[in-house]
Amino acid sequence: MASMRDIKRRKSSIQGTQQITKAMKLVSTVKLQRARASAERSKGYFTCMYDTVNNILQRVGHIDHPYLTPGEVHRKAVVVITSNRGLAGGYNSNVTKLVTRHPEWKKEELDIYCLGNKGREVFARGGYAVKVCDNEIVESPQYADAAALSNKLLASYAAGEIGEIYLAYTGFKNTVSHVPTLLRLLPVDVSGEEDDAQKEPSGEAAAIMNFETEDSEALDLLIPKYVTSLIYGALRESVASENGARMQAMDNATSNAEEIISDLTLKYNRARQGSITQELTEIIAGAEALG
Amino acid sequence: MADKSSFLLRIITPDRVFYENQADMVEFNTTEGEIGVLPGHIPMTVIAKPGILYIHEAQEEKRAALHAGFAEILPEGVTILAETIEWPGEIDENRAKSALERAEHRLRNKAPNTDIARAETALQRAIARIQVLKNG
Repeated sequence: MASMRDIKRRKSSIQGTQQITKAMKLVSTVKLQRARASAERSKGYFTCMYDTVNNILQRVGHIDHPYLTPGEVHRKAVVVITSNRGLAGGYNSNVTKLVTRHPEWKKEELDIYCLGNKGREVFARGGYAVKVCDNEIVESPQYADAAALSNKLLASYAAGEIGEIYLAYTGFKNTVSHVPTLLRLLPVDVSGEEDDAQKEPSGEAAAIMNFETEDSEALDLLIPKYVTSLIYGALRESVASENGARMQAMDNATSNAEEIISDLTLKYNRARQGSITQELTEIIAGAEALG
Repeated sequence: MADKSSFLLRIITPDRVFYENQADMVEFNTTEGEIGVLPGHIPMTVIAKPGILYIHEAQEEKRAALHAGFAEILPEGVTILAETIEWPGEIDENRAKSALERAEHRLRNKAPNTDIARAETALQRAIARIQVLKNG
C-alpha cells in the first residue's frame, strides 16, 4: 500500500490540475457566449447569401460559366479551419480527418489553405502541400480577412491552378453539438440545389430572374461575394464550436479530476486508519511485554 | 400580410441585420445606374455600387451610405446583402474627407503601379459618405 505521504502528494497535484481545468472551462464559457452571439448575428447573412445565390442559379438555369462548370484541372484547394490552441477535445482532429481520410482524395492533388496552427501542424507532418497558413484570422475573424483569402483562392482558380475549392469547418449547432462539415465552394453545386427546389415547389421558384447586367458578368461579381461570405460564416461558426468543444473537454477533465480526488481521499483515510491501528497494536504489545 | 403600397425591405451585413421593415420605396446606386424600387417589382438581381441608399417609409425617409453588396429584388420584397453599409451617425467625417483627398491624389498623379480601379472605388466610397452626411 502506498504511503500516506505519497497519496497526499498525488492528491494535491490533481487538485492543482483541477483548478486549472476549471478556470479554463470558465474562460471558454465566456468566450463561447461571445463567439456564439456573433456567429448568430452573422448567420443571417450567411444563410441569406447561400439561399439567394442558389435561388439565382436556379432561375438562370444552366448557363456556361467557369464558376459553375467543373474545370479540367484535378488539383483541389481545401480551406481548413482549425484552432490555434489545443485542449479542445476532438475539435481539431475531427476537421482534419475530413481531409486526411477522404476516400477519393489523394495527398498529391491537394493544396491546403490552413487557418489555425493546429491544422497546419497536422498537414505539415502528413506531408501535404500547405499553401497558405494564417493563424491570426481565427482569433477574431474579420470580413476583410475572409475577402482577402477568397480573392487569393479565386485568383488561382481563374489562373487554372486549381479546379475545385472546398471548405472544411466545424458547424455550430448548439453548445454541445458541433458538426465537422465539408462544403464545396466552387464550382457551385447546381445539381444538388435542384433537389432542394423540388422539395419546395412554389410558383415563385418558376419565375425568371432578370439581371440588370449580363448573366455571366453578374455571376462574376456575385460569386466572389458568395465565396467570401461562406468562408466568413464558416469562420464564425468554427470559432464558436472551438470554444464549445473546449468548454466540454474541460468540463469532462474537471469531473474526472473530481473522481480521482475522491478515490484518493478514500485511500488516504484508509492508510491513515491503518497506520493508527498499527501504532496502537505496537504500543499495547510493548506494554504487555513490560508488564 | 402587407398591403400593396409597401414591401418588406431587409438589409443584412455580415455582422448584423442592418434594417428590416416595411418600406414604400428604396433607392440606391447600382452598376447600371441609380434605381428606385417600388412594391411589385419584377424579380431582378442588381449589384450595388458605392452611393446613397434612400429608404422611403410611410412616415419618414432614411439615408445610409451603401458601399458594396448586391440586392435581390422580388415582387414581395427586397433583400440587400451589403458588405459595408453605414448610417450617417456611424460615419467619421474627417476620415472620409482624408480618404477622399488620398484617392483624388492617387488618381491625379498616376504612378505606374497605381491600382486605378481600387482608387476609383475608394473615391466613390468617400464621396458617398460625405454626401450622406451633408444631406442628413
